[in-house]
Amino acid sequence: MTAPLPISLHVNGERVDAQVLPRLNLADFLREHLKLTGTHVGCEHGVCGACTVRVNGQIVRSCLMLAVQTHCALVETIEGLSDSGEIADLQAAFRDRNALQCGFCTPGMLIAAQDLLIQEQEPDRERIREHLSGNYCRCTGYQAIIDAVETTARARRGR
Amino acid sequence: MKASAFSYARATSVGNAIELLVANGERAKVLSGGQSLMPAMNLRLVAPELIVDIGDLTELRGITVRTNTLTIGALTRHVDLLKSSDIAAHAPLLTDAVAHVAHPAIRNRGTIGGSLAHADPASELPACMVALNASIIAHGPAGERLIPAKDFFIGIYETALSPQELLVAIELPVAAKNSAHFFCEFARRHGDYAIIGLATQAIVENGQLTDFRPAYFSVGDRPQLAKAADRLTKTAITPALLSEASKALSEELDAPEDQQASSSMRRHLAKVLLRRCVSALLDRPDLSGGSP
Repeated sequence: MTAPLPISLHVNGERVDAQVLPRLNLADFLREHLKLTGTHVGCEHGVCGACTVRVNGQIVRSCLMLAVQTHCALVETIEGLSDSGEIADLQAAFRDRNALQCGFCTPGMLIAAQDLLIQEQEPDRERIREHLSGNYCRCTGYQAIIDAVETTARARRGR
Repeated sequence: MKASAFSYARATSVGNAIELLVANGERAKVLSGGQSLMPAMNLRLVAPELIVDIGDLTELRGITVRTNTLTIGALTRHVDLLKSSDIAAHAPLLTDAVAHVAHPAIRNRGTIGGSLAHADPASELPACMVALNASIIAHGPAGERLIPAKDFFIGIYETALSPQELLVAIELPVAAKNSAHFFCEFARRHGDYAIIGLATQAIVENGQLTDFRPAYFSVGDRPQLAKAADRLTKTAITPALLSEASKALSEELDAPEDQQASSSMRRHLAKVLLRRCVSALLDRPDLSGGSP
């Protein structure tokens, strides 16, 4: 039974059929099998948040989910969110505020921030901090990231 | 790191999951949300030969209220608890506590059954179960049995579950109308494991506490019910009495020392939490001041 198992899922709107070993986590499946390297692998035990993706509309740690668990699921990665234009304004706000330096945390940070902005129209800075508390950034000191998310929330309310 | 190789079986029913557990014993591990098991496997702290994935057993997910009992299915996710109006109405301690369980992405996957079966002494939900006098329902080859929460947690990552049993649900008494609750933890970062925390519920009548069950977490190998609380029940609490109880608490706790805090720091924080807790439950700011 340690042999590869068949899975079928949708990744960024495209149907994917694959054979995966049970031990393969979703992050490695996305990066190594599908070459979607925007999902970053940091700590591999759920602490850093760099591997955050959406599964069935909810954000999850892709290092803490097995690829076999995504059978029949809808998976969305930073590539999907970026290409669809869903977070174009948030990305622009990150650029404008210098809310990234090395960029390693950015895909996870963007997906987690977008998750909050979908759920709440007017998150205050404390709520933004709380929602992003599971995502480590070692460059910015977070203030610029909070600024960018706050600015995006305000701009979206104005639309 | 990556998890070592294992076989994988997707359970099709509770019965099927138990058959798999009976056939494989300690070689098997149950996977529910995976938010404790997967880190442990990635860190190679555990290396099961077989993973029994119960994720498809939707009958184990959900919250029901019947007269005075709240039943929470083992696969109920932390996010479900956080958003449930039934939990907010009948076990508000859990609503407060779950907001401190890790981060949104983890709360979307992690389950109450998984958290309890994992039994990390620094985690919030085991202490809440002890504070709320919950019972854990375990299903094994011989059928179901009910385990009181205070007997369920027996050590670090150790519970009363046998390798052949599956935790299927939790039963809680519905909070009484005149009950009050308190939850507070100290952690380096919001959502991290607590340096120390306190979960409690009590009946408040005529300015006095009854059925006061303060359960500390991250002060030992399992949730600790503070015996010193007995001094504070069914009596008019004065600052002097609270100081006396705090002192007894400090002597009673055998708090461990680790990278996060020394034993004496934990005992100090335990006293701070007791003071804040009693002050909040009775809505008496006069009890919150002074040295703990």
